Amino acid sequence: MSAYMKPLPELSGLHGEFYGFCRSGELRFQKCDSCESWRHVPRELCAECGSWDWSWHASSGRGKIFSWTVIDRALHPDFADDVPYAAVIVEMDEGVRLLSQVVDIEPERLEIDLPVEVVFDPVTDEVTLPRFRRAQI
Amino acid sequence: MSTGACIVGIGETEYCRKPGSGLSQLGLQLKAALHAIADAGITPAEVDGIMPFPNLGRAEEFAANLGCTNLRFASTIHMGGAAPAASLGAAAAAVEAGLAHYVLLPAGWNGYSGSRARQTIAEDVSSIPGGAIARDFYMPHGFTAPPQWYAVMARRHMHEYGTTAEQLGSIAVAMRTHAQRNPRAVMHGRPLTLEDYLASPMLADPYRVFDCCLETDGAAAVVVTTAERARDLRCDPVRILASACGQPYPADEITNRKDIFQTGLTIAAPEAFGRAGVTPADVDFAMIYDCFTFELLQQLEEVGFCPRGEGGAFVEEGRINLGGSLPVNTHGGLLSEAHVLGMGHIVEAVKQLRRECGDRQVVDSEVGVVTGWGDFGDGSIAILAR
Ligand SMILES: [Zn+2]
Repeated sequence: MSAYMKPLPELSGLHGEFYGFCRSGELRFQKCDSCESWRHVPRELCAECGSWDWSWHASSGRGKIFSWTVIDRALHPDFADDVPYAAVIVEMDEGVRLLSQVVDIEPERLEIDLPVEVVFDPVTDEVTLPRFRRAQI
Repeated sequence: MSTGACIVGIGETEYCRKPGSGLSQLGLQLKAALHAIADAGITPAEVDGIMPFPNLGRAEEFAANLGCTNLRFASTIHMGGAAPAASLGAAAAAVEAGLAHYVLLPAGWNGYSGSRARQTIAEDVSSIPGGAIARDFYMPHGFTAPPQWYAVMARRHMHEYGTTAEQLGSIAVAMRTHAQRNPRAVMHGRPLTLEDYLASPMLADPYRVFDCCLETDGAAAVVVTTAERARDLRCDPVRILASACGQPYPADEITNRKDIFQTGLTIAAPEAFGRAGVTPADVDFAMIYDCFTFELLQQLEEVGFCPRGEGGAFVEEGRINLGGSLPVNTHGGLLSEAHVLGMGHIVEAVKQLRRECGDRQVVDSEVGVVTGWGDFGDGSIAILAR
């Protein structure tokens, strides 16, 4: 396998915990133990109620496309061979939104509110990225 | 209550999109600074306050090169392209509080020949708010640069309000048309039609190449002092009625905003108008930070020049054109004059209020607005008057 050359997340702190779940095939988000608000990206405490108490909870893995852009000219050299590719914002059923890519939808078939579901893309031995495909049902 | 501070000097270098100004980033800014200081009719030694643009130079090196032997006030507002208009407010407060007598605001870069503007931010992602968020949640998916970050907002606006490519194009065409009356503009002599716009290649859908700001070499600067000191200086002072800045929420992450169209301006604009004692209807022209076409449209809405969702019709009707009800960026803006990080917008507003704009002069202009946009939607606004 040739070396993966694209940018990778750093696997430390709360971001590292998020990607640790992805590596074991789980999409989890923080949820406040006090007011039960979901949140993403990871934060130290709940901005809704101020509670420090939270836990990682499994997401349904389902959501819909909130917005997207099709990138025709890479502005980062590591993505030059990928164009055109779409970066999408997925609004999960839990309400949080996640920036990702879609794996099985042609750029011209993208539409807002299109139902999608998470798939896991192990790009290196250490890092698995959550991606999305058209919802199967 | 409006401030009593004034802009009393403006300066610019040439703007160009070719290698070979021969000047460093600092050198360009020093050149613009010297023009502004001379325009004010003061000496460099009288400049005792400097507010450098974020990450483009330190007050110490400006002072050492210019001979500002009595530097008493040095500060930078870390808001990217929103910094210049926000800094006007801080400079006004500083001179009114006696922290400094004359505050210099420089900005400039080799945005073309230095290649920095064209590079991805991959290497300096830490300089944006939430750098670790972009690094860990955006970059791995190829969501790496400002046109992409803002394209998702434009797409969503098109979905919710029916904003069209032609409407975004009308902004690009208006900026280019204005530049035809500005010999200093990089795009002077190179008009653009809506057909040209629609035929230009996609960069980050819905953004085409012509939706994006220029990458240029150049610098601009202004000098701020009190109204009292301004009285004895050579040029007509331009009053800073109010300046305010703000941030979207959360400011460090784009995708999870409850209101995806809210920017720092949404908060800053009503505050600034309140303090200035004027309303959007009183404004004769606006210099809107036009990093991309949609961001101009979005700021028109968030300032309150039109209701949210009506920006598309507003621009398509030609209201932002010279001769329209609210001429915008009469110099051509970042899209067609040069990318001077928003300082060029302040300089043009001052020229308009001094009525030095020749055949692009907005007739009888009394009140003008300048906005700034930076990072993930930080916003600033300055309301200026004769
Ligand atoms: Zn909570």
